[in-house]
Amino acid sequence: MSRKRRFKGGEIPTSSMADIAFLLLIFFLVTTTIDIDKGLGLILPAEGEELEIKKTNILNCLINSQGNVLLGGDPVALKDVNKEIRRRLAENNKLIISVKAHEKTKYGDYVSLIDQLKRANATRISIADAE
Amino acid sequence: MKLDRKVNISSDIPTASMPDIIFMLLIFFMVTTVLREYSGLDVELPKAKRIQKLKSKRHTAHIWLSKQGQISIEDKLIRSDNIRHIMYSKRAADPQLTVSIKADKSARMGLVSDIHTELRKADALMLNYSSKTSVE
Repeated sequence: MSRKRRFKGGEIPTSSMADIAFLLLIFFLVTTTIDIDKGLGLILPAEGEELEIKKTNILNCLINSQGNVLLGGDPVALKDVNKEIRRRLAENNKLIISVKAHEKTKYGDYVSLIDQLKRANATRISIADAE
Repeated sequence: MKLDRKVNISSDIPTASMPDIIFMLLIFFMVTTVLREYSGLDVELPKAKRIQKLKSKRHTAHIWLSKQGQISIEDKLIRSDNIRHIMYSKRAADPQLTVSIKADKSARMGLVSDIHTELRKADALMLNYSSKTSVE
């Protein structure tokens, strides 16, 4: 007695493949976070790297706990720092801006100060320790 | 004279290649997805105009600093003088490491300054102050 086994097509059903792929696609679409981190970039000086700089090339920029800015001895409104720095950079392109913040200064004020400096295209920014 | 126009254009959209297209999209999203690793602290980021994008999420380490002065790395609250150990090993593993500081806008500069000092000690010098785009 011979048993006959009928061979039923050896294909994987592909009709639902699109649906499965869609489902996976939607999962990844939903879980992907597009919000790329953005922020102000800065490079810190290496430890122990201290340079002697001519006094004329340094502009001290102080910011106190109320968010008031003192630029080389003159009080300047935070939103005008940008223009003032531009003017000073035009006079002396070797200018290094040394930012010094009070311990109790709000971080938000500090970031807007750095932003103002960046907007004035100041590339040489030095961060002094908070006092 | 009557014009006999034969219409034999099929009106179906060919669906045979649809799985391929979808798979391609799927693979794109799978490759580009970086799942959010850490939830961090609840911070309100400061606003800035001249901002730049971080190069890659894979080369970024985050430090959260809350309004109350808590410092968190990888969802662990730590003291500021422990940052250097964590950052040193991270930096050794990835020389391109950028540290992104996610600090609350009303956090105090004293702590941010401590973080600066610690990062300098850990030789992690590339820094990014995470901020939102300001609309003026």
